[in-house]
Amino acid sequence: MPSFYHETKTVFGTHKNPILQWIFTVDHKRIALLYMGVMFTLFFLAVSAAVTMRAELFFPGPQFLKPHTYNELFTFHGVTMIFLFIVPGIPAALGNFILPLMLGARDLSFPRLNLLSWWLYVIGVATAYSALMSGHGFADTGWTFYAPYSLRTDSHVLPTLIAAFILGISSILTGINFVVTIHRLRAPGMGFFKMPLFVWGLYSTAWIQVLATPVIGITLLLVILERTLNIGIFDPTKGGDPILYEHLFWIYSHPAVYLMILPGFGIVSEVLTTFTRRTIFGYHAIAISSASIAGIGYLVWGHHMLTSGISDMARIIFSLLTFLVAVPTGVKIFDWMATLYKGSIILATPMLWILGSIVNFTIGGLTGLTLAAIGADIHLHDTYFVVAHFHYTILGGVMFMFIGGLHYWYPKITGKIYDEVRGRIAFGLMFMGFNMLWFPMFIAGFLGNPRRYFDYLPTFTIYHQMAGVGAVLVASGLLTILYNFARGLKEGKEAGPNPWNATTLEWHISSPPPLENFSKIPYVDFDPYEYEHGEPVVHFDENFRRVV
Amino acid sequence: MKKEMAYDIQGNSYPVADYNDDYDGEKFGFWIFLLTEMMMFGVLFLLFAINFYRHSELFGISSGNLNVWLGGVNTVILLLSTYTMGLASLMMRQGKVRVSAYLVGTTVVMAILFLSIKAFEWSVDIHHGIYPGSSILDAKDKGEILFFGLYFVMTGLHGLHVIVGIALMSWVLLLIRSGGVRPEHTIVMKNVTLYWDFVHLIWIILFPIFYMIGV
Ligand code: HEM
Ligand SMILES: [Cu+2]
Repeated sequence: MPSFYHETKTVFGTHKNPILQWIFTVDHKRIALLYMGVMFTLFFLAVSAAVTMRAELFFPGPQFLKPHTYNELFTFHGVTMIFLFIVPGIPAALGNFILPLMLGARDLSFPRLNLLSWWLYVIGVATAYSALMSGHGFADTGWTFYAPYSLRTDSHVLPTLIAAFILGISSILTGINFVVTIHRLRAPGMGFFKMPLFVWGLYSTAWIQVLATPVIGITLLLVILERTLNIGIFDPTKGGDPILYEHLFWIYSHPAVYLMILPGFGIVSEVLTTFTRRTIFGYHAIAISSASIAGIGYLVWGHHMLTSGISDMARIIFSLLTFLVAVPTGVKIFDWMATLYKGSIILATPMLWILGSIVNFTIGGLTGLTLAAIGADIHLHDTYFVVAHFHYTILGGVMFMFIGGLHYWYPKITGKIYDEVRGRIAFGLMFMGFNMLWFPMFIAGFLGNPRRYFDYLPTFTIYHQMAGVGAVLVASGLLTILYNFARGLKEGKEAGPNPWNATTLEWHISSPPPLENFSKIPYVDFDPYEYEHGEPVVHFDENFRRVV
Repeated sequence: MKKEMAYDIQGNSYPVADYNDDYDGEKFGFWIFLLTEMMMFGVLFLLFAINFYRHSELFGISSGNLNVWLGGVNTVILLLSTYTMGLASLMMRQGKVRVSAYLVGTTVVMAILFLSIKAFEWSVDIHHGIYPGSSILDAKDKGEILFFGLYFVMTGLHGLHVIVGIALMSWVLLLIRSGGVRPEHTIVMKNVTLYWDFVHLIWIILFPIFYMIGV
């Protein structure tokens, strides 16, 4: 059967030119690959910026960067990683590809809107990077654009702000598309509690995209208007209030961190069940905890402002709520542990990434609780402790889950199998490298090394040098993955429909899938992860009727 | 076309949703879109509330500078226009295509009228040197600067929505002509009507908070 690589549909009908066939496609699978292409190019750019920073920090004192250039670099790194990479992240890349397959659908509810989202994303990227080409240089505000500095600096913040606004629209449209798809296009018989847990993760994420993104959109728009028309809302000289900016920024940006992690949690559940060959422990608890993390996550933003002069009462409430949000997260971790217990664990590459991510994320999460304690935060705020904490959750957590997911679905997407040995080596490099890179920064931060500085006191040298070596290991791990994936395309074995013996619907169709995924839509009256004696229970015939 | 079916083990059949033609899905999607709009305006209302609380007296005084009559006339115009748009939608479903098209046209005219009055109000303000960043406004008290800052941002954003509404309704008119909107296929029109209701609802809040608190 010809796969979606061979035939496609575009908004304008058919094209001969293969490039036009790609950039105007309305096939969710192709759009997913378009996202992946742009996103990972940007990811590697941002990693290069990070490695440059680590090189500057290898010795105390100024090396080869000017202080101002360093400020631009961490802003470039932060903005790219957050707004251009990890926020569209797992949903736009893997979610786009896998969601309809898991639901037993032929596409998303609004395929053309999906293409529009990608185009807006590309326009957003171009706008953000236009600041690099112009004389003033990239924004130097940090990815948070705090007022009043973002109102005053003469670096090029406007393009970056406009870009973030456009990217917000793109993200909202994707969110709407996913919510409607999940409500409307589940295969007949598939109730909400028969959906795979990756879908639950995407569902909670989509609601956050829809409800929180408008807040940052309008806030950044106000900063834009502030810079161009001097409105005064965040400008203290005109009676405006910069603390209000911080509130509004974090009302979005805290839920946004759950927006990054929830799809990742979904991947964990998929990979764990497949490589323990058993059903997940506590399916309902995991599904509900995704939704409740999304809900409570809305009410905790103030923990970023414990030192910003908000009232004691507000600080106590925000601190308490932050502790609460750890509960559903803990529920998940324990459910995963229980799934592993007495399962027949297979340590394939995706599984290694997922287990690694659980370790890293647990450290990241617990240090988050440390920061949520008001007293501790007053000491740790704005130090490398914070930077280490969020790299543990995002790089060590989300990114590891993302990479695990990419390995897991690589056979489905490409139809080939990558080299297992190279896959494990890459994981080893990255797991070691990552912990070398960021664990010392907990200590440096705890001892008082502030963040966002191009320099540090000589006493901190040892920590920064360990981090420097770690960064090199991480970078080489990433390159190994890239190489492995590229070689897999050429010389990998044919994967077949279900190389991992997994149970969800995407593994019942050919790899790579055909244009509209399912020739007939199956009836789903079974749970997503049904195994018996280590084998999937559910099988279909060629007409997608269940065989017993 | 026959509806596609899925079959269980016993051979019972269940209808499959068609993603190319899913009325409920399109309506649901649009409702979610309106929710995002509400979040966006919600932030602005929140900013207004906070600043109103901090500078109640000056907000009242500044509000007295706006022309409540022009604002009131505009409120009535928008109210009538949602009525005509809703009626247009109803007529379309009853098969009265021509009447429906005329009603959409009437709505467009009223929307343009609204914008003209709004533009007139703004130009008078600007003529008096009251606009964000002007030296006259910046010399005033902070409460007044904030009031007018919010006034221009919020009515401006609302005005932008009216312009988009005009574009959408013109598009509906074209669709009616080309048959893209017809009595059995009204989803686009339905959603544009919803959108227009929303735009009018925002104004219903904007009017009292800007024009009437000073009366
Ligand atoms: C791949 C290896 C990575 C390295 C070596 C790295 C390194 C760094 C360094 C050196 C800083 C600046 C610290 C400072 O001076 O305060 C930084 C900041 C930051 N990084 Fe990374 N990082 C990596 C990956 C990531 C990823 C995957 C993300 C998120 C998706 C991320 C998000 C951020 C953010 C948001 C900041 C803060 C920027 C700011 O202060 O405005 N990083 N990183
Ligand atoms: Cu937070």
